[in-house]
Amino acid sequence: MVQVGLNHFLIVSAILFSLGIFGIVTRKNAVMVLMGIELVLNSANLNFVAFAKYGNFGLSGQIAALFVIILAAAETAIALAIVLNIYKTFSTVNVDEIDNLKE
Amino acid sequence: MNIYDIVFYLFAAITLVSAFFVVTTRNIVYSAFNLLFTFFGVAGLYVLLGADFVAVVQIMVYVGGILILILFGVMLTNKITNVQIKTGTLQVIPAVIGVLLLAGVLIFKVFLGTEWKSVKTDIPVKTTAFALGKLLITDYVLIFELLGILLLVVLIGAATIARREK
Repeated sequence: MVQVGLNHFLIVSAILFSLGIFGIVTRKNAVMVLMGIELVLNSANLNFVAFAKYGNFGLSGQIAALFVIILAAAETAIALAIVLNIYKTFSTVNVDEIDNLKE
Repeated sequence: MNIYDIVFYLFAAITLVSAFFVVTTRNIVYSAFNLLFTFFGVAGLYVLLGADFVAVVQIMVYVGGILILILFGVMLTNKITNVQIKTGTLQVIPAVIGVLLLAGVLIFKVFLGTEWKSVKTDIPVKTTAFALGKLLITDYVLIFELLGILLLVVLIGAATIARREK
């Protein structure tokens, strides 16, 4: 068995990314779509940190990962506020049933 | 096969298996709890990559913040009383084909097809917190300040959007 290196982390992150995309495109519930987005962001983060170790970039990759985590927190907060509002207006959060901009 | 490899495969398995259950389980609450294990697995991979501070931030922000927020979202947008926590799916077959194609291209063309220059850099063995903090207030100070403003805007914006009365 080969020594664990850069490629192993890249493959894990590619599979995680694909699973996240699968969650985004197949799930009806808006909260589930958000979970898929979190998986995609995590896989991107894994790539940043992996290249910070195996590329010659010092700690810049880890800084980028920190920024992505902060932006993910901000994005989740706003998205859940919007989802709550949609639920109050339409009493459903299924993304395929919400096709009006107003009531 | 040394201990590093074994721990890597352990964390990779935890991450991928729980991520698979996140996107396939019908019950949203089960998905949310599987997401917990995915985040822990990714944090373990960060530790293996020498990013201890990022791993701690991952656990504190993702598990302590985002996951709780998502659980609140699940509870506030579903009628818990009449067991309606299931979520429907749509277009599963095209999605499976598309995602398998995407994964194949990503893994075999982009990641394994490229000759990555793999240099073991000297990420400090002790802790990265000091060096990261130094970078944050020197090279990346503008982004750091902008993110502070962004978080304030998000705080006000989320509260305003969620509270709006009809």
